[in-house]
Amino acid sequence: MSKAPTHPATIRALSLTALLGLWVVAAAISADPMILPQPWALIGPFWKAVVSGTLPWHLWMTLTRVIWAFGLAMSLGLVLGLLMGRMPAVDRWLDPWLVVFLNLPALVLIVLCYLWIGLNETAAIAAVTLNKIPNVTTIIREGARALDPGLAAMAQVFRMPPLRRLRHVVLPQLAPFIAGAARSGIAVIWKIVLVVEFLGRSNGIGFQVHLYFQQFDVAMVLVYALSFIAVMLLVEWLILQPFEARVRRWRGA
Amino acid sequence: MIAAEIRAKSFGPAQVLRDIALRVETGEVLAILGPSGIGKSTLLRIVAGIDGDFDGAVVRPERLAMVFQEPTLLPWRTAAENLTLVHPDLGREGALAALARVGIGDKADLFPRQLSLGQQRRVALARAFAGDPEGLILDEPFASLDPDTAEEMLALTERLIAEARPATLFVTHSEAEARRLATRILRLAGRPATIAPDKEGR
Repeated sequence: MSKAPTHPATIRALSLTALLGLWVVAAAISADPMILPQPWALIGPFWKAVVSGTLPWHLWMTLTRVIWAFGLAMSLGLVLGLLMGRMPAVDRWLDPWLVVFLNLPALVLIVLCYLWIGLNETAAIAAVTLNKIPNVTTIIREGARALDPGLAAMAQVFRMPPLRRLRHVVLPQLAPFIAGAARSGIAVIWKIVLVVEFLGRSNGIGFQVHLYFQQFDVAMVLVYALSFIAVMLLVEWLILQPFEARVRRWRGA
Repeated sequence: MIAAEIRAKSFGPAQVLRDIALRVETGEVLAILGPSGIGKSTLLRIVAGIDGDFDGAVVRPERLAMVFQEPTLLPWRTAAENLTLVHPDLGREGALAALARVGIGDKADLFPRQLSLGQQRRVALARAFAGDPEGLILDEPFASLDPDTAEEMLALTERLIAEARPATLFVTHSEAEARRLATRILRLAGRPATIAPDKEGR
């Protein structure tokens, strides 16, 4: 009975191994490296791309765009969400806009940004940011609506200055919502960044995927995609999860 | 000195308070007695400046402190930080001393969730007195405590008030608590509620 693995890390490793196994079986069945190469067949091309410096260079370009768009979307979404959550009048005016932008397809926003701003870096980052802001705003607004009125009264009676109130009273209450928005945000943002690069940039993972797509090179498409997935997993494990654990420290106490 | 004149306070069409005039001198403890739901907390929120939507005027001192029905601590900050964030001039040393005065000097670095309700209320009390208040507002601070803890807290509050001598406005539904702490007692009665002087007040 007790033979089943229970440790989360063990289960995660087994689950990923199973996915890899599925890949090996599928590759064996298709028996055509042009369609689906075996996992180990990617090691050679991967190493070549790393040594030549092309893979790190494009990875870095994409990562820079992700960081810019993430930072902009998070800070603007935080401000908008706080305003809309705390001020019903602002909420009534901006809510219809939010619905429009939430339902605007990412592709349409990207194409319009390129058409209006031009095929440049500003347009690329603006497109990704605009795609993500409504999402962050919606999540933060929920948090802002749920702020504890008792703590607000306390801060008011004891005359805490606005900045200290924001940092020690408001933001800690929003932290779980910020962490949630950040996690769902980073995943969505890097996917949109790839589309942006695919459509109108001359570097980055999305551009490389476009290039190898035109050459029907499945192996290289997989090499670039998997490399970036690995980078994002590292961000998740090394930055996002520790941050979340830190802001939740007082709960477990 | 705390002075309030509230001609009318309504929530929508329902008027809750009418024609209340009260004045608490420095060193005086004024208790306001009344049954639950009569509008005691509403009155306190107006006097404290949390609720500004009423017809009348309130004069309150520069250094005002309040003890709420709930401890109302920042759960993500330690007991000591809960004091220093509200009174930055206090410093770590001052916070430790203030916590020691309410008998929990050894709990300074614990988060509120790690403290019992009685200890959390002590932190709230320490926070109120740490700023050397000229005006103090107590909103049923001994509610939902077991009799022994309530007695300890009462004695502690009595001592702290005697040391700091602020103008204290104290709201409760317990006659015994009022008699114990107050130098003067008023009753809130009627609908909309107004002040009726206590016949046997000392």
